[in-house]
Amino acid sequence: MSRMRRWFRSYFLTELIRGLRITWAHLRKRKVTVQYPEEKTPQSPRFRGLHALRRYPNGEERCIACKLCEAVCPAAAITIEAGPRESDGTRRTTRYEIDMFKCIYCGFCEESCPVDSIVETRIFDYHFEKRGDNILTKEQLLAIGDRYEAMIAEDREKDAKYR
Amino acid sequence: MIDMILDGLWIGFKISLILLPLILAVAYTTFAERKLIGYMQLRLGPNRVGPKGWLQPIADVIKLLMKEIVIPSGANKLLFLIAPVLFIAPSFAAWAVIPFNAELVLADINVGLLYILAMTSIAVYGVIIAGWASNSKYALLGSLRSASQIVSYEIAMGFALVAVLMASGSMNLGEIVKAQEGPFWHWYWIPLLPILAVYWISGVAETNRAPFDLPEGESEIVAGFHVEYAGIGFALFFLAEYANMILISVLTALFFFGGWLNPFMGIPYFEAATDWIPGTAWLLIKAAWFLFMMIWLRATFPRYRYDQVMRLGWKVFIPVTVVWLIVLTFMIKAGVGPWFTGRGVL
Repeated sequence: MSRMRRWFRSYFLTELIRGLRITWAHLRKRKVTVQYPEEKTPQSPRFRGLHALRRYPNGEERCIACKLCEAVCPAAAITIEAGPRESDGTRRTTRYEIDMFKCIYCGFCEESCPVDSIVETRIFDYHFEKRGDNILTKEQLLAIGDRYEAMIAEDREKDAKYR
Repeated sequence: MIDMILDGLWIGFKISLILLPLILAVAYTTFAERKLIGYMQLRLGPNRVGPKGWLQPIADVIKLLMKEIVIPSGANKLLFLIAPVLFIAPSFAAWAVIPFNAELVLADINVGLLYILAMTSIAVYGVIIAGWASNSKYALLGSLRSASQIVSYEIAMGFALVAVLMASGSMNLGEIVKAQEGPFWHWYWIPLLPILAVYWISGVAETNRAPFDLPEGESEIVAGFHVEYAGIGFALFFLAEYANMILISVLTALFFFGGWLNPFMGIPYFEAATDWIPGTAWLLIKAAWFLFMMIWLRATFPRYRYDQVMRLGWKVFIPVTVVWLIVLTFMIKAGVGPWFTGRGVL
């Protein structure tokens, strides 16, 4: 009996026809493609993308060169050198660099930061054009922070009650 | 002398009337394939170049034409360059005997069926030579697979065409269609249904299309026989594959589905309602359906394993066709209607 059934199945192509019916049904279904530059998928405020260094509202940079982020970074992507600032002698970073090729976007730097200085923004579509551009300097990071401060602040605000 | 030149020019003009739309059709078949497979995989397919992506094939052609032709070191230069031409020439040449309607045929020869068989088999030389001349392991493996696959399926295909020949009593493609004259149940797809299945599947195998695309076999042998080809050489292989697809679709329509005949011929009201549609359009509609089927098959089935391909060809198709040839003999002798009435002897 089962041999008969198998014979029937293979010679009358029943399983192949079932397969064809599935693709036919899919042909008529709604398409799920997101057409990227025009359409974007929703993003969480917790998204971990491009890094930024923030400032206080009075313009003072937050970072106090505690080097916790450098210590916690699992990819050793952060390099910090510290020293007293010339104008007022407070402890500041003289060098703060992130190698974006090493970074794994784990967000540990942001979590370890006692003053919410280093953050990861929700920017993910950026590129580098020259070798060496992948190392973001302190000036670049602060510039990113200045440019996107409104968005960064809003995202921290939304996430604050869960921290 | 002048007459001969003028005749030559006139034939050349007729050839261009077939070839230019064919090349355009090939280009848009690639587009249709990408769109349809995309839709079947819940994607949108190409939609960026031009309105709704309609200029995509043009962009592809321009890209392929401008690419460098790379000849691998150690390749046999002459054979390497001649192989794509050998592959594409027969797939175009076969169109000479295709009747587009009762009068419209370039070469109305009496052995059209044999000519078609010859042309579709010559194409395999292009594949074998391409694989051999490339001086590459993958290309050689691909061409060997292609050789054995086409040889195996040629037999089943030949037998299937013998059945068509028996049913219609002619090797002239136009006569084959005329023998099917009548509404759609007069066509040969009913008495030759198993032959139709065998012919169609062998046709898919002959054109190296999925699920029989072992000569290409991306996942095993990269791109098979045309790994080493770039630019225009690759374009020719691609063009020929799609030209073969269209050819097999048109042939299936001619042999089993009444070619240019109106499916409602002789049915009151329906015939009058569809009378305005020209025969060529009916042929193209039927061929387009089979072309769609090929793309549909590709979107649905995974590739056959090699021994399965061989088993299907030798142990399933050939016995089925032989058995049906015997059945067909009895049907013709008994004059089973409406297909064989008046031809019966018993």
